[in-house]
Amino acid sequence: MIHCVLHDPDDSVAVVVVEGIKAGTALTGLILDEDRTIDLECRQDIPIGHKVALKDMAVGDTVIKYGVDIGRVVQPIRKGEHAHVHNIKTKRW
Amino acid sequence: MKQTFLGYRRENGRVGVRNHVILLPVDDLSNAACEAVANNIKGTLAIPHPYGRLQFGADLELHFRTLIGTGSNPNVAAVVVIGIEEQWTKRVVDAIAATGKPVQGFGIELHGDHDTIMRASKAAKEYVQWASELSRVECPLTDLWVSTKCGESDTTSGCGSNPTVGDAFDKLYAAGCTLVFGETTELTGGEQIVAARCRDDKVRADFMRVFDRYQEVINRHKTSDLSDSQPTKGNIAGGLTTIEEKALGNIQKIGRKCTVDGVLDKAEAPTHPGLWFMDSSSAAAEMVTLCAASGYVVHFFPTGQGNVIGNAILPVIKLCANPRTVRTMSEHVDVDVTGLLQREITLDQAGDKLLDMMFRTANGRLTAAEALGHREFVLTRLYESA
Repeated sequence: MIHCVLHDPDDSVAVVVVEGIKAGTALTGLILDEDRTIDLECRQDIPIGHKVALKDMAVGDTVIKYGVDIGRVVQPIRKGEHAHVHNIKTKRW
Repeated sequence: MKQTFLGYRRENGRVGVRNHVILLPVDDLSNAACEAVANNIKGTLAIPHPYGRLQFGADLELHFRTLIGTGSNPNVAAVVVIGIEEQWTKRVVDAIAATGKPVQGFGIELHGDHDTIMRASKAAKEYVQWASELSRVECPLTDLWVSTKCGESDTTSGCGSNPTVGDAFDKLYAAGCTLVFGETTELTGGEQIVAARCRDDKVRADFMRVFDRYQEVINRHKTSDLSDSQPTKGNIAGGLTTIEEKALGNIQKIGRKCTVDGVLDKAEAPTHPGLWFMDSSSAAAEMVTLCAASGYVVHFFPTGQGNVIGNAILPVIKLCANPRTVRTMSEHVDVDVTGLLQREITLDQAGDKLLDMMFRTANGRLTAAEALGHREFVLTRLYESA
């Protein structure tokens, strides 16, 4: 089963695509652009559609998805944690 | 891919996939009469709206362009226009009549609702009986104009349903169809990617001019970083975090091969085949209404969290890659592409699945939104009335 998907192999986050993912789950991630999978462990409960961090990130780091800048880190994020509005903000507007 | 569909060829050569007889109010005051006529004459459709009085300048021009474009759309067989007074009513009637389509107008002043409803009902009855005898004919795929706009997006939109539209758009573009996307502010963070896809420097300059203008509107009126509006609460609940992430998902809809061949103003009709960008609101019903007014006859609407939108005259085909939405809101979903995210189908297969539904819809199948009675018709306003 695919638990999460990412677009580009260098993305720093992936999207959870199944319901009920709990902390401690071993995740299989599909790289959509390459049709191959990666493995990681989830550290927090993450709802379907929400993002899981694929690496440790510090405040001020740029978050990469689709291989492109999608915003900046405003609270430290560890690999496997839930990445969303509580720790990432837009660089625009 | 099939190369033909069954449509209604109109007097001006354009092809529609629906055969509506509409009651078109020029203004808010004429909604009641239009709805009364639609109630009298079965098979007709009133499309009420809240505007049309004391507008001026570019805002008034957009109002007329949207009403005239809606009446002129080839999904409409004939039109009865009703306005509070005769002069603006005549302006709408004359412009629709220029397409060769049957149209009559009625002004309420000096007559009242009763007399207007009686006379307009007689006209509507003649039209609906005439339209009911029109037949679909086989038409080349190049006669099909297809628009797209996504809504209640979430992260599955950018991973699944939007790339599915992109795959279908790449195939339709290669076949010579006329396509459009828009949502100017929802390209924020991905505008350079769209600019790089523009056919030439002229189109690129046109695109960046309308993009920068819309950014200036946001910057002038915003009270915060817009995080209460863009992404929307529904987007955030679905996992989208920033406008950049939403935009990058959004532009998956324009595929990987087709180029942006021109820029349209709101409700402006394209002048040749290809992919057009329309400067437009990102609010779903506003954008889809503008697509219909530009002359598009079928719409692709990818959703993540489950937007329920339809349109008065434009069939809105909804597709979704989020398994929870497909489970909880299945009555709204025309094409299920959840298999993409489990590697059960390829993007090529997902695009073909959408195109198959496009042909079925063009040939007459009612969309979920049509069957459920969604008839959203929302006019875009540019500023206050006089």
